[in-house]
Amino acid sequence: MKQFAANPVYKFFLFPIGQILVFALGASVILSLATVLLAYIFKFNVTDFDLVERTMLILPQVIINGLTIGFVYSTIALGYTMVYGVLEFINFSHSEIFMVGGIVGIQLMAYFEHAGILATMNEYLVIALAILLALVVSGSLAVTVERVAYKPLRGAPKLVPLISAIGMSFFLQDIVRLILSLTTGEFNVILPKFGTFDEFWKIAIPGMEDPLRIQIKSVLIVGVAILMLIILNFLVNGTKVGKAIRAVAQDRPSASLMGINVNQIISITFLIGGALGGAAGVLFALKATKLDPFSGFFPGLKAFTSAVLGGIGNLTGALLGGLVLGLLESFSASYLGIFTNGAFGAEYKDIFAFAILIIVLIFRPSGLLGQTVGQKA
Amino acid sequence: MKTLFSDLYKKANTGFWPIAIAFAFLIIGTITLFQNPRSLGAFLILMTTPLVLYFMNMPMKIKVFIGLLLIIIVLPVIGIKNIFILEVIFQMAVFSALALGLNIVIGMAGLLDLGYVAFYAVGAYAWAIFGSKQMSLLYSIPGAAPANAEFFLDARWFWLFLFLGVGLAALMGILLGLPVLRVKGDYLAIVTLGFGEVIRVLALNLDKPINLTNGPQGITPIQRPPLPPEGVLMFFRSFLEPLVGHEVSEAEFYNVMFYFLALIIIAIVIVVATRLEDSRIGRAWTAIREDETAAIAMGIPLVKMKLAAFAAGASFAGAMGALYAANRTFVSPETFSFQVSIGVLTMVILGGLGSIPGVIFGASAVTLLNIQILQNFSLYLSDLRQSDAVIPIINFAWKDLSTQLDPAKYQKLVFGIILILMMIFRPAGLIPAVRRQRELGEEKE
Repeated sequence: MKQFAANPVYKFFLFPIGQILVFALGASVILSLATVLLAYIFKFNVTDFDLVERTMLILPQVIINGLTIGFVYSTIALGYTMVYGVLEFINFSHSEIFMVGGIVGIQLMAYFEHAGILATMNEYLVIALAILLALVVSGSLAVTVERVAYKPLRGAPKLVPLISAIGMSFFLQDIVRLILSLTTGEFNVILPKFGTFDEFWKIAIPGMEDPLRIQIKSVLIVGVAILMLIILNFLVNGTKVGKAIRAVAQDRPSASLMGINVNQIISITFLIGGALGGAAGVLFALKATKLDPFSGFFPGLKAFTSAVLGGIGNLTGALLGGLVLGLLESFSASYLGIFTNGAFGAEYKDIFAFAILIIVLIFRPSGLLGQTVGQKA
Repeated sequence: MKTLFSDLYKKANTGFWPIAIAFAFLIIGTITLFQNPRSLGAFLILMTTPLVLYFMNMPMKIKVFIGLLLIIIVLPVIGIKNIFILEVIFQMAVFSALALGLNIVIGMAGLLDLGYVAFYAVGAYAWAIFGSKQMSLLYSIPGAAPANAEFFLDARWFWLFLFLGVGLAALMGILLGLPVLRVKGDYLAIVTLGFGEVIRVLALNLDKPINLTNGPQGITPIQRPPLPPEGVLMFFRSFLEPLVGHEVSEAEFYNVMFYFLALIIIAIVIVVATRLEDSRIGRAWTAIREDETAAIAMGIPLVKMKLAAFAAGASFAGAMGALYAANRTFVSPETFSFQVSIGVLTMVILGGLGSIPGVIFGASAVTLLNIQILQNFSLYLSDLRQSDAVIPIINFAWKDLSTQLDPAKYQKLVFGIILILMMIFRPAGLIPAVRRQRELGEEKE
């Protein structure tokens, strides 16, 4: 058994995929059961229609939406959690790194459209190129930000780099806005229309009237996110650099004594985290179809919540936290209105994320999978 | 060069000179501002007077005399002449009070609160809901108000709500603090940020099921407290009108009244903050800030003290919120965005964490930057754009400058740059707290 576990195919491919599937399925099933139960409880409040039937009808769609956004959150959350692991500080500007990735991706597609070759190009190639560009730009931006705003502050009291990070976040938002408005005269960027992503696959389910509709986009987002998670898993657990990152996260002085170049490893951590964030930005842009320099803020905050929910510093935890939060958000957005008869609606979904954050921090500060140190004093 | 300046400064800082300099700034500023009420430079000269008073050596009595002369006589008269100046000073006062409140939480107790604007919102919405027609509109659809709606409370209730705002905000501070103060440092920052956003989202969406906040449109009109009786106004008119050269309207009296109200609140806040700093509670806060574990070991009730910091900081914001709502006669959720929280944080950081004069300076400087300097810069750019001027060497015509380049809209950029630069180069602020200076001095010995 031990031999089998050490087999690289199992360790770096089968195991993470299995883990992701278990998390996604488990979280969806638990939340669905809870929602149906709630539907039975609230059934007698609603007289116009059958609440349970209505709940079941939209359930598959809600789960798919939740998983899509959940995987995006997971990918961003990994950036937060990795940086927290090595530096123990909240990289507040990560949400802007994410936003820059999305905007760069869209701008590339817009450039192709402008050049008139977007329609003739293979749509998957376009997305791959956009993600690649976002990886490079966001990764290098994250490293630059670290050099400029965080490195001089290493060893300062904890609040100092955090405040600097907040400043960096604001700075990046407005500098992106400035650049966009000076070059294009407009700071909203809109995803050009191309390819067949907006179409749906229809899967007929026996016993149900309407077929299940799955947007190709959602599958694509989930697929790319899973691919990146596997690559990250390999990077962190299967390479020498990954080993160094883990060593620095565990004990910086000792790692330094063992001959690890700590500064370099911190830069690499920012590079990987930022690159992941940038790729997540492109995925998010595919879903949202419209971005502006300020649209990184809320996804970033939610991704941070996911990281805390899963146990900050813990990579698997970030994955689980993102999925759970995405599903919770999708469920609350869809069902809050139905259950309360329209008194409260989807606009409260943002509050949900914060409520979860506060509850987790109070009752289980180490997160769902928290075998990590949590916060050192 | 450096020694030359410091020698000059030393010479100027002895004997009779400081008083002369302070008077010079006061008089030159007043006269130039009186002649060109729109001039930014004149305003800056006048506003240098308090700095001179603070930094230079002179007898306390003279400092107080010049300060009062500036605050009580010069600024209101010039303010009536050009209402915009009074508005700027009012905003400075509002943000100074907010920054002083946040300073208690961050500077003294070391708890980073990124949702400070929530308490401001609580105070503002408290008076907004009860001081407007909103209470009679609870069951109507937002935007479709019946014409016959009446004000729920008399305008005089404002005075009560000024105190109620303090209490409500303090209560909110404790309610928020109870669950979240168990988390430390940077987690606390995110949780409070979340709380601030929750309050904003609530204000945005509580127009149903009952219409409490009127949603994104905000609440208007909100009543103002009544002016002093007509006789008092006539008395002031009799000598103000020859000075400013036009009839003083009721709106202008309102502005002056709000200016003085803000000043009174600021004065109370400063007294409370200084007294707190040197009290047992203040020392407990410092102990918590420097080392939590050691503070517990010394028998400091940690949670109680943290709650006290939250409540004290929040209460200032509550009072200013109520005042702001009455002054604007309008509140909307957009006034209470995350950007305002960070703006106040920027003021505290710029001036100096834990330093009361520093924080007031920071608040004034950032406010001035936001609503005067950036604005003027925008106007200057748009003037350039309309002219035929060309930058000589690179041959760039100002006409081609994008209209999107409007500095007044880039407050976040300014906040961001200030925060990063201050953290890297001067984390203790421009006017550091006395206690910190003492600590640094000891280390050098």
